[in-house]
Amino acid sequence: MSQAHDDHDHDAHAEGDLHISLKGYLTGFILSVILTAIPFWLVMGKVFERPGLTAFVILGFAAVQIVVHMIYFLHLNAKSQGGWNMLALIFTIVLVVIALSGSLWVMYHLNHNMMPASMHEMRNAP
Amino acid sequence: MSELTIPSHGAVSDTTAADQSLRFYETEEHHPENGTLLGFWLYLMSDCLVFACLFAMYGVLGRSYAAGPSGADLFELPLVALNTSLLLLSSITYGFAMLEMLKKRTGATLAWLAVTGLLGAGFIGIELYEFAHLIHEGAGPQRSAFLSAFFTLVGTHGLHVTFGIIWLVTLMIQVGKHGLIPENRRRLMCLSMFWHFLDVVWIGVFTFVYLMGTLP
Repeated sequence: MSQAHDDHDHDAHAEGDLHISLKGYLTGFILSVILTAIPFWLVMGKVFERPGLTAFVILGFAAVQIVVHMIYFLHLNAKSQGGWNMLALIFTIVLVVIALSGSLWVMYHLNHNMMPASMHEMRNAP
Repeated sequence: MSELTIPSHGAVSDTTAADQSLRFYETEEHHPENGTLLGFWLYLMSDCLVFACLFAMYGVLGRSYAAGPSGADLFELPLVALNTSLLLLSSITYGFAMLEMLKKRTGATLAWLAVTGLLGAGFIGIELYEFAHLIHEGAGPQRSAFLSAFFTLVGTHGLHVTFGIIWLVTLMIQVGKHGLIPENRRRLMCLSMFWHFLDVVWIGVFTFVYLMGTLP
């Protein structure tokens, strides 16, 4: 812990200019273009038969692209601001996951259980 | 570890040597230059939670069409692709502005900021055109829960971009007037984070709302 603090003090002068470079921005940009183009192609070209599979794949691409943006555009790493950036981000991700999955889960079950009896029977009918 | 022990009262002559190797107090004011950046990052994280709630709302209501039009009927993916590329391009041009800022070239910084602003304005223009088109077709926010959620989520993102552009123009005037002084450099870094953050949110929007909304 004290070691990290020492490094922090050492870098105090260079902190103003983040570790940004033309190469980093271009890498991020090219990766983003690829990661954006493929989902659009998957959906517009109707590549997969099953929409569920398409949804799953494009969500995966979105997750990867968000990480790419965080690293190359927002210059996030474990050491920036002495690790507080990363800590705040992890905390936020936990809250976002709880909010999203919790809402979808609860509301799906609510819809399911509040369905009129006749529709229940229709759904269960062969 | 034994070297770091405080010398006893007997060893007076050692204290000067110990003073040089040990520092129990700050010799200068300890004020991290980037406290603002950390604070701004925390703001962005709270903004992230706002968007998470809106995404959750859209996830819950996104298929409640109330016998109205669905995403597959309404969304024009080529337009969304154009919008996405505009925002992505504006991200890299802002990056170029930051690189010029580090080289302390005021003119080039301002030029790239202007390009970024124009790309952002193009994004907003297309989004407003899309909204107007939807409302004209009778698919306004009051039509169904799906459309209410859609307009709230995408509209909130659009409002963020609009305020980003206002902020950008303000900073361009500031930089034009005072040059790339440390204060302006700090402000440009904050806006950089804001702008790239909006692009991150847009990844979620075009994937979750437009692309998945078009799927059958």
